[in-house]
Amino acid sequence: MIEAVGLTKRYGDKTAVYNLSFQVRPGAVTGFLGPNGSGKSTTMRMILGLDNPTAGQVTIGGYPYPKLPNAPRQVGALLDAKAVHGGRSARSHLLCLAQLSGIPARRVDEVLGVVGLQEVARKRSKGFSLGMGQRLGIAAALLGDPQVLLFDEPVNGLDPEGILWVRNLMKALAAEGRTVFVSSHLMSEMALTADHLIVIGRGQLLADMSVTDFISANSADFARVRTPDTEPQLREKLTSALTEAGGHVLPEQDGALRITGLPLPRISDIAHDADVRLWELSPHQASLEEAYMRMTQGAVDYRSTIDQKSGLMQPLPPGAQPPMPVPGQGQPDWYAPPSPQEGGQPFAMPQGQPGPYGAGQPPAGPYGAPGAGQPNPYAQPAPAAPQAPAAPPAPPAPAAPADLTKPEDAR
Amino acid sequence: MAATQVVRSEWTKIRSVASTVWTLSLAVVVTIALGMLITALSRHEFDRMSRQDRLTFDPTYISFAGMSLGQLAMIVFGVLVVSNEYSTGMIRTSLAAVPQRGTFLFSKIAVATGLALVVALATSFVAFFLGQAMLGAHRASIGDPHVLRAVIGGGIYMTLIAVFSMGVAAMLRSPMLSLGILMPFFFLISNILGNVDATKKIGRFLPDQAGSKIMQVVPRVGEDTAYGPWGGLGIMMLWAVAALAGGYVLLKKRDA
Repeated sequence: MIEAVGLTKRYGDKTAVYNLSFQVRPGAVTGFLGPNGSGKSTTMRMILGLDNPTAGQVTIGGYPYPKLPNAPRQVGALLDAKAVHGGRSARSHLLCLAQLSGIPARRVDEVLGVVGLQEVARKRSKGFSLGMGQRLGIAAALLGDPQVLLFDEPVNGLDPEGILWVRNLMKALAAEGRTVFVSSHLMSEMALTADHLIVIGRGQLLADMSVTDFISANSADFARVRTPDTEPQLREKLTSALTEAGGHVLPEQDGALRITGLPLPRISDIAHDADVRLWELSPHQASLEEAYMRMTQGAVDYRSTIDQKSGLMQPLPPGAQPPMPVPGQGQPDWYAPPSPQEGGQPFAMPQGQPGPYGAGQPPAGPYGAPGAGQPNPYAQPAPAAPQAPAAPPAPPAPAAPADLTKPEDAR
Repeated sequence: MAATQVVRSEWTKIRSVASTVWTLSLAVVVTIALGMLITALSRHEFDRMSRQDRLTFDPTYISFAGMSLGQLAMIVFGVLVVSNEYSTGMIRTSLAAVPQRGTFLFSKIAVATGLALVVALATSFVAFFLGQAMLGAHRASIGDPHVLRAVIGGGIYMTLIAVFSMGVAAMLRSPMLSLGILMPFFFLISNILGNVDATKKIGRFLPDQAGSKIMQVVPRVGEDTAYGPWGGLGIMMLWAVAALAGGYVLLKKRDA
């Protein structure tokens, strides 16, 4: 169990962590989320007694880290995968650490096997890829068979197989009753790995709750309804009926309706009562990523702006298309529209954005409007971005983001 | 026991990295080879020297001439042993394993110092015997008065150079910064201060000038230092202790 109480860290004028209180419990994977520079790594270092808090304290099993008896056998940490002397072999690196913690040398070969680095154990770590470095760092964290494990961005640089391995490793460690505290930027990964979330922004606690609670508290689930395209009047009819029943209805680009505030069976009943046929009625849940973006949008320190390239702009050759703005670039609110409770447009995600949670839909699906007349879906949700002036009808709506490079290449 | 664990670990650390092994070897080779070269040259020069120079000719001291360059390799060794932790970021892993920072630092420095002492003593003896062999008729014998003291002192001198560098590196953390200060300091500034009349008196209290007094057997003409050979080594030791204390206080206080 890790417990922070009023943890505060200042570097001169800059407050890296402010009044942070949380508990990380054993038997679960606790995800530690926050934008860059939000104080995650500083907090991790304070947990390990490397940085001294300006105020407050953090304890592991009731002890501040430096007073923890036999600390390296109780706590294992991966802070930085590159914190290895490049001229030292993986095995020697782990051997130094094992000897430092009073761990027998044969444990080194065990953990090398666990992380799958036996073959390169005697190679200098200089030649290691980031993924191999992460494996070596994880091996170091596992050396002492500790009850408490800290991982700072463990999946950075890992291949899909490695990511799956780390995910299963974390879950297995937690299932053994250990305390597992993992920071990551990869929301989709956290959604699959973590049971509990601690979210910070600008060094302050934003949330401390289970993953499912976090998603439902910070996002709105909605239903998508599609009426027959051939009979637009049915759509009007359903809209008014649903609004009357207390639902919030939003028309979508391709003619579907987004409904919040009504459960699915109720929508079906209302449609039936109104005598409207439905071509689609589907539940949609926001992803952890969306929920996270909404929560942290005010706490992001480093935000990209539009690259105007005004100094580099070449006059467009005649007939060339101006490049389309890419969603998410320099459009601060792209990810985080106002929440539906405030009456805004929920999840004005760029349509067609492929998402694992089904928030997007294929732009030219079987239910879609005829593709030719459809405005480019990527140009739509960007009121702040310069709209492509009178763009000729886009080439057949791009199905994958990779297609976005085409107009750029045309320049 | 935490200290023995750190000692074992540090021994592995030094052995498993090429740079520390190479710099130590370089210190040995440069000190011995340059010592032999200069003794060989001064044997030929001896007959052309002035009477006064012949009287103050110190065959023991001249066989340690290679240390002026060899000590630079010792500095690099001392700096690398400590600052490798910082430049690689391993210091965090190390301090997480041994939260007692004083134990960690001093055990680490004890290992490196022990190794440096063994290597430096061996270097000193080899440099002396080979140097005397080069000097032919003008040679000193290990049994002559004060000679054994000078040879052992030469080994301690090189060790203390490394220890002082470790202390400086523990304070500064960056290897580039540490070497950028230590190299010119020992190679240039100390020499300049020691050769300019106005600053000579201050220069004598610098670690290398005070410490090198232990290697002199024949006193120089007109030299009236305020300390003897062991006093000089004591001054050098104080410098090393001060550097280590500074490193310890900063390590204790600072965020890792």
